[in-house]
Amino acid sequence: MAELIGLDAISVQFTLGGGGLFGGKKRLLKAVDNASLTIAEGETLALVGESGSGKSTLGNVVAGLQVPTSGSLRFRGQTLTAATWPQARRAIQMVFQDPWSALDPRMPVSAIIAEPLLIQGTANAAERRDRAAELVEQVGLPRDALNRYPHEFSGGQRQRIAIARALAPRPQLIVADEPLSALDVSIQSQVLNLMRDLQHGHGLSYLFISHDLAVVNHLVDRVAVLYLGRLVEVADRAALFAGPAHPYTRALLDAVPRIGRKRARGRSIAGEMPSPLDPPPGCVFHPRCPKAQAICRSTVPALEPRADAAGHAACHFKDAP
Amino acid sequence: MSTDTAIGPWRLRWRRFRRHRAGMAALIVLGLMAVFVLAATPISYLTDIDPNATDLLSQFDPPGNGHLLGRDEAGRDVLLRLMVGGQISLLVGLLGTAIAGVFGVFIGVMAGYFGGKVDAVLMRFTDGMIALPLLPLVIVMGAIDLTKLGFSRDFAHSGAVGFWRIVVVLAIVDWTGIARLVRAATLALKERDFVRAARASGAGAFYVMRAHVLPNIATPMIVAFTLTVGRVILLESTLSFLGYGIIPPTPSWGNMLNNAQDMVINAPALAVYPGVLILITVIAVNFLGDGLQHAFDPRSDQG
Repeated sequence: MAELIGLDAISVQFTLGGGGLFGGKKRLLKAVDNASLTIAEGETLALVGESGSGKSTLGNVVAGLQVPTSGSLRFRGQTLTAATWPQARRAIQMVFQDPWSALDPRMPVSAIIAEPLLIQGTANAAERRDRAAELVEQVGLPRDALNRYPHEFSGGQRQRIAIARALAPRPQLIVADEPLSALDVSIQSQVLNLMRDLQHGHGLSYLFISHDLAVVNHLVDRVAVLYLGRLVEVADRAALFAGPAHPYTRALLDAVPRIGRKRARGRSIAGEMPSPLDPPPGCVFHPRCPKAQAICRSTVPALEPRADAAGHAACHFKDAP
Repeated sequence: MSTDTAIGPWRLRWRRFRRHRAGMAALIVLGLMAVFVLAATPISYLTDIDPNATDLLSQFDPPGNGHLLGRDEAGRDVLLRLMVGGQISLLVGLLGTAIAGVFGVFIGVMAGYFGGKVDAVLMRFTDGMIALPLLPLVIVMGAIDLTKLGFSRDFAHSGAVGFWRIVVVLAIVDWTGIARLVRAATLALKERDFVRAARASGAGAFYVMRAHVLPNIATPMIVAFTLTVGRVILLESTLSFLGYGIIPPTPSWGNMLNNAQDMVINAPALAVYPGVLILITVIAVNFLGDGLQHAFDPRSDQG
């Protein structure tokens, strides 16, 4: 499969404090550190991690909402610059987590869905209306939804509207930032199925940001695990679920509750994620890692191929049992 | 509402407005008020009565004899003066609010949307304006001698300059509240996901302000504007009283009201007429604001 978008050594840093007269000392927060990824055409890549792991920040970089501090993005092999972004924007759209905040309460649904076309100036009023009507049906909403307002819809319907908006400019990649976590479980599967159907119909790629591994297991082709802003493992879904190479991935998988299985107490992950303002030296996971050795406290592990070649992991002991 | 083609947002708003009875009534009342004050010129022409012509032999004449509401303390026709004064008062109210509103909304949206240094500079400027005491400011503004600024004597003492002077003073006093309100509302909006979605699609700052920020802050803006119209009309009467507003013989409801308070025992009607007109206008503007709020809020469709 051809590469659609590539991230090359992306880092995002935020400066905290230091503003104003009494802002105090400036502190540097590395939200994403040296992340490299690719997403192929028609592929679904999941970005998983705890809250604060930087997965939303990385998603924002891909969607063009966050300018990376360093590193570059490739789109269809072409490095994106300020000049080429506008073109790529049409091909990359975003779906947000909170469907109550994602739709302008003052806009009718037709205007919401067609908004990307209006912004990009690619369609006149009549074309936009037609496209909105077409999309409303594609995402499984009644046609009379067009003239109604967001408050008249439930969470799942709102998420469908948000998906229709993302589809409007015929994108190739949709960045979905936890699109299901604000929905009821019964609605989650409907929206999940809708996203999968749309993928087949349109040849879409997804960057699916989630912390729910059960959902991830349903939808995606590959999984990227983010911990404290670092990619710790990127692997094919099946290989990752069958044999995680990184201890953090293993801990995440063990934390998924399953019916009929007793959770092994000793294997749940200890401690909490350290502050990204003060990341530990060496491997950032070593304070919580059951396999940690002296080398982990001093040397940062590189993201290197797993023994089974099904992906990459950043661990000194990735192939140790 | 159950059509399957899209309808423009303004038509949907007008539909909702029409269903708001008080708002429609207020619109009609304000329309009649406009007809009433605009009728001054043709009526004055047809009846050959000059609203500023004094006749000391006819002081406090009762209604009748071609003067429907009688005559005031200088023998001038009360009805015509109310009409002409209404033109001045309504225009001062509308223009003062419009200028204060445009300026306040502009500053507020800029400060709220761009944040950081822009916000700091604009809001410190606003705080500085708030700190200016009203009456000394007005007196200083009123005391500016335009002939010293190179304008001709005729121009400096013309009615138009007095009128614009008061409009500007009122706008200076009233924009700050609107700016702060708009800034706070903008701050809350700009981090909402629909604004981020628009930005992810490539929308610039001005598109976001026009398409998302302004419609979503319409409700507090309309409330602020309607309150301002009423306050400006009343403030104009205060300034007229101090001699810095519309200066007699040019009438305004404000200066007619203040003029009449000396003779409220002898001729109470002279105070009642302008007072009632101000009251009706302020109430109608507030109901119009209610109606507009209703029209701009899609949730008002339910119930």
